[in-house]
Amino acid sequence: MQQTKRRFVFPVHIAVFLGPAVLLYTVFMVVPLINSLRLSFFETVNQNQQSFAGLQNYIKLFTDSNFAPFFWRALRNNFVFFAVHMLVQNPIGLLLAALLAEGGRLRNFFRTIIFMPTVLSVVIIGFIWQLILNPLWGVAESMLEAVGLGAWFGPWLGKPETALVTVALISVWQFVGIPMILFYAALIGIPDELTEAARVDGASAWETFWRIKFPLILPTVGIVGILTFVGNFNAFDLIYTMKGANAGPDFATDIMGTLFYRTFFGQQLQLGNPTMGATVAAMMFLIILTGVLLYMFLWARRIQTYEL
Amino acid sequence: MKTTPLSRTWHSVERFVPIVILTIYSIIALFPVVMILVNSFKSRKAIFGAPFQFPTSGTFSLIGYETVIERSTFHIYFLNSAIVTFVALVLTLFIGAMAAFALAEYDFRGNAWIALYLSIGIMIPIRLGTVGILRLMVDLKLVNTLTGLILIYVAQSLPLTIFILSQFMRQVPKDLKDAARIDGASEYRIFGMVLPLVRPALGAIGIFTMIPIWNDLWFPLIIAPSAKTATVTLGVQQFLGQFVSDWNAVLSSLTLAMVPILILYILFSRQMIRSITAGAIK
Repeated sequence: MQQTKRRFVFPVHIAVFLGPAVLLYTVFMVVPLINSLRLSFFETVNQNQQSFAGLQNYIKLFTDSNFAPFFWRALRNNFVFFAVHMLVQNPIGLLLAALLAEGGRLRNFFRTIIFMPTVLSVVIIGFIWQLILNPLWGVAESMLEAVGLGAWFGPWLGKPETALVTVALISVWQFVGIPMILFYAALIGIPDELTEAARVDGASAWETFWRIKFPLILPTVGIVGILTFVGNFNAFDLIYTMKGANAGPDFATDIMGTLFYRTFFGQQLQLGNPTMGATVAAMMFLIILTGVLLYMFLWARRIQTYEL
Repeated sequence: MKTTPLSRTWHSVERFVPIVILTIYSIIALFPVVMILVNSFKSRKAIFGAPFQFPTSGTFSLIGYETVIERSTFHIYFLNSAIVTFVALVLTLFIGAMAAFALAEYDFRGNAWIALYLSIGIMIPIRLGTVGILRLMVDLKLVNTLTGLILIYVAQSLPLTIFILSQFMRQVPKDLKDAARIDGASEYRIFGMVLPLVRPALGAIGIFTMIPIWNDLWFPLIIAPSAKTATVTLGVQQFLGQFVSDWNAVLSSLTLAMVPILILYILFSRQMIRSITAGAIK
């Protein structure tokens, strides 16, 4: 979409304009990322020495009894974490957006309140929910009792079976504002004429939404999906805040981010290992890259042909 | 359309249900935060005895705030966060605007490649390069400095900033720039002229750049964990870890950490949400 094609001054000014951004981005993001990937092919000999090891680290990560059980568990947990976001966060975000897009006087008010948790730091959110769910304080329990569900309450964060889903739902609670606002922006961008015709033909709001609006916002559905994927496979803060680097109980909430942190920096008894840490980060990179490429070449491309 | 009593009831249900759902969800979103704010002003006994009540003259207490102010170095954390966020934000907007201008304005060889190169950073999180970043910071002697954090945050924020800003800069009318060129204005001058025209976009990007920087835990934890350079997010995380059993202190420090962001949010939420819905971020 280059619209300018005019007399060409000697492009020193172009270099001046682009230089700082390209330099900072290259030095502090691209080169370290490439270095990290490179390091995943090396072995830590001692403190400051590394020797080339080929794919040894990866083999270790997938099969060695010191690493493999942790890696596979973190990967599986991360997919559960992602699934909870896809199945709970994004549908609720879509529902809220659809309701907001209908209009009404209180719309701005609701929008502001529902988006609010998103701007708070994950650390604050983590502590808040730890207090709310704490059986010692009993707030969550009293709330459930008030609606007759008191028997449901349990130390959800402390039990291995429920901890991961609980943490994921807290993350959903915080970030539901993002899909909501993206869907909302897409929905209010649909020209009225399109839905008007359906209304006249006697279609219900429900039919209008699924037959006309939803197909039109499919590109946003894809964007929300890929943003959720990248965000989830890069998550760390909430679990570190609520459950520590060991992602307890018994590693039940361990995901790729916490595994990366522990492997890189070590934990109580185990020394940190930069090259194995780099290997975990390289796996995260591969997973995220695969997701982004699948999105770009399968989803985004298909949607485009759909529109034509 | 016929208006039988039944269809009128159905109509009011259709109007009513969305409000009910939105109200319920708003309560869910607001409730935990309000619980913390309200209880931070109560005595320990009242926090546990009557958590759902607002503080009364009998239960009002500022003991938690006294502990936090006495025992912690929150003011240093606040200052660190403010410096890091502000400097990173200004640098991102200025450097990003320059690059966006170059990409939007000039048709030169490699334009598309540079744009592609820069936009990789939109999708690939900078955290994945942490091992390399830490080494670089050690080599540059920037560990435990605010400068180190600022440089990382600028690099992290540039890709999206450039991507969005260059779309806005393409919308600036050509005539304006051409007229200035005929008058003999330098390209730098024209950049200075375009910059105020994209101010609304700068504002929106500013807010969205600021929030993740202010809230980041990862890089302060890894690059600058010392007491002198800790940011609010890291400071709160460590402080709360020590005071788990002092509920007054925990509730009041959470409140202190939340309030500045909440005030900013309430002040700017309109612009912020409008900027997304106006298509600033696609």
